Amino acid sequence: MLARTLKTACAGSLFALGSLTSASAVDLQFYFPVAVGGKAAQTIEELTEEYVAANEGVTIDAVYAGSYQDTVAKVLTAARGGDAPQLSVILSVDMFTLIDEDLIMPFDDLVKTDEDREWLNAFYPAFMENSQTGGKTYGIPFQRSTPVLYWNKEAFAEAGLDPDTPPATWEEMVEFGKKLVKKDTSGNVERWGVRIPTSGFPYWLFQGLTTQNDVILANSDGNKTNFDDPKVVEALEYLISLNKEHGVMAPGIIEWGATPKAFFEGQTAMMWTTTGNLTNVRTNAPFDFGVAMLPANKRRGAPTGGGNFYLFKGSSDEELAAAFDFIKWISAPEQAAKWTIATGYVAPRPDTWETETMKAYTADFPPALVARDQLEHAVAELSTYENQRITRILNDALSAAITGQKDAATALKEAQAQADAILADYR
Amino acid sequence: MQRREWIYGWLLLLPAFALLAMFTHIPAVATFWDSFFSTPRGRREARFIGWENYERLLDDPIFWKVLTNNLWFALGTIPLSMILALAMALWVNKQFFGQGFLRMAYFTPTVLPLIAVANIWLFFYTPGFGLIDQILGLFGFAQTNLLGSPDTALGAVMAVTIWKEAGFFMIFYLAALQSIPPSLLEAAKIEGAGSWTTFRRIVFPLLMPTTLFVSINAVINSFRLVDHLFILTGGGPDNASSLLLFYIYETAFRFWDTAYGATLTVVMLVLLSLLAIGQFFLFDRKVHYQ
Repeated sequence: MLARTLKTACAGSLFALGSLTSASAVDLQFYFPVAVGGKAAQTIEELTEEYVAANEGVTIDAVYAGSYQDTVAKVLTAARGGDAPQLSVILSVDMFTLIDEDLIMPFDDLVKTDEDREWLNAFYPAFMENSQTGGKTYGIPFQRSTPVLYWNKEAFAEAGLDPDTPPATWEEMVEFGKKLVKKDTSGNVERWGVRIPTSGFPYWLFQGLTTQNDVILANSDGNKTNFDDPKVVEALEYLISLNKEHGVMAPGIIEWGATPKAFFEGQTAMMWTTTGNLTNVRTNAPFDFGVAMLPANKRRGAPTGGGNFYLFKGSSDEELAAAFDFIKWISAPEQAAKWTIATGYVAPRPDTWETETMKAYTADFPPALVARDQLEHAVAELSTYENQRITRILNDALSAAITGQKDAATALKEAQAQADAILADYR
Repeated sequence: MQRREWIYGWLLLLPAFALLAMFTHIPAVATFWDSFFSTPRGRREARFIGWENYERLLDDPIFWKVLTNNLWFALGTIPLSMILALAMALWVNKQFFGQGFLRMAYFTPTVLPLIAVANIWLFFYTPGFGLIDQILGLFGFAQTNLLGSPDTALGAVMAVTIWKEAGFFMIFYLAALQSIPPSLLEAAKIEGAGSWTTFRRIVFPLLMPTTLFVSINAVINSFRLVDHLFILTGGGPDNASSLLLFYIYETAFRFWDTAYGATLTVVMLVLLSLLAIGQFFLFDRKVHYQ
């Protein structure tokens, strides 16, 4: 509580500073997170500066607020201190939490002209699943991603596999993995077959497996989860079997952050990670690599992920109009193309992929198209009321099962019971 | 005249008192107050719920888990870092070549921010290409995953803490050692006392005030230092390395369940006060102040 009082006090003094300097017509504050390596922060700042230079009377203070977690914490703290930013990029899955806190407003109130309506309808439906509820749009897709499979072509060739054919099914991933595992003379593994990181937020990549097993983790009202479905248990058992049974993946919890590095170092021949790492991998992988959709089981499938733009209550009409205009501008094809090329995030609208910049980029670097093509198989990322707590429950259950403390069915059954207890209030 | 002095006294106290009240006493009381209410959400006001948060706490397996973890963490880090600190202080208290350099080397971990330290150790611990695995690999050992398995995660986190804390405590011991009058040591020598007897009968008793001070700090730190958890394990796997303060942070600023966060904070405050009071009463009789 001390922290809260302190932060409120800080927010208060920031506010005082802010109002001192507000000489121009509209001042906007814009919080953004950075979750991947590369030039993300720099690109957002450049784009913001470009907009401000072109639009007199508007200043935008783009604040790098840390990770996704840090950003939502800062926004909530600022809002409780009465000084919410006008706009922010926050995880799309935090939508229900932000609604529950009564902080964000739907875009529908600002969409008045036909042109605006057309703009709103032109985003990929897979991304809008996490952005709309109750018939209203609360988020505009921006730094959106989806997990893909990266593979090391040199390692594939060395193991006698076709370097241009990634595994298409769960069975193939195991089969390829077994060939790709390399051991030294004393029997220690030098290179693993595949790496599906499980630290921090294992639910996200795990949702790839559940979707492929044709099961959805939560309903679209965000008040009921489906953790103990037999198909979910089966997906978890498959994940565990990659180490325990087949020995193609390292044991224990596998660190998310170190995953690209492990791939570059040749510690693993395949990795699952976000497409937001694409540019990072392209820059740093010292070998030829490929990018593929995640392998299928009952169907193809992957979650979407990443952040949306949100508008905050308590802003004046002029501020809202300016913020809305900025969001429209930054999601326009040319800007979105720049952003996608700088990071690897999936451009959230089909028209971006039609621009000359994007065409040139994808012609030169076809892997960038994989994530887009996967969107037709993608589903909404797990999102519920009290989202952080619900995903934490699932994360704990997954960790317990992966580290062998509980079996998959028990862990998921307990997680479902805990989630039910919390979500009952929202039904 | 007397009245004037009274006002003067209070005015001198005022700045410190105002700061303490604003940032310590009022928030502590507010926290206690908040723990009897439900968490306010945007659409629902907080309402009085009596002891409900405390009942929930008793039934919360994660609370008991982090509390147990914290006790192990305290038991593992406090004695070891204090013994190390004393040993290092005795060592660098002697005159020898490179003494200044060694003192600095021991103290360096203290100067580094814990977040930076955690990032360095994260590299040490990384399976496969981390420093530890690279060294073990030379001798033909298999990959380790210290942070990623529930049996070793807490131990790995404790090692970082000891490394960080020992140098800090060493400084206090070193200062205390240098304030011991040389005449006492010379007298012991004349009487023919060996170095172990000198240490046990003279040096160590004279260090007791410092030991008390350091041990209270160590206890507080064992509940207070959680920065490295954010980098190293995030409390995982399945809360195996989570500590009480980290759980409070998660509850209050990640789950935004501020009322339950307040309840956990009250428990922590009570626990720390009891420990500090207990230490004072227990040790005070054995401490010799000069």
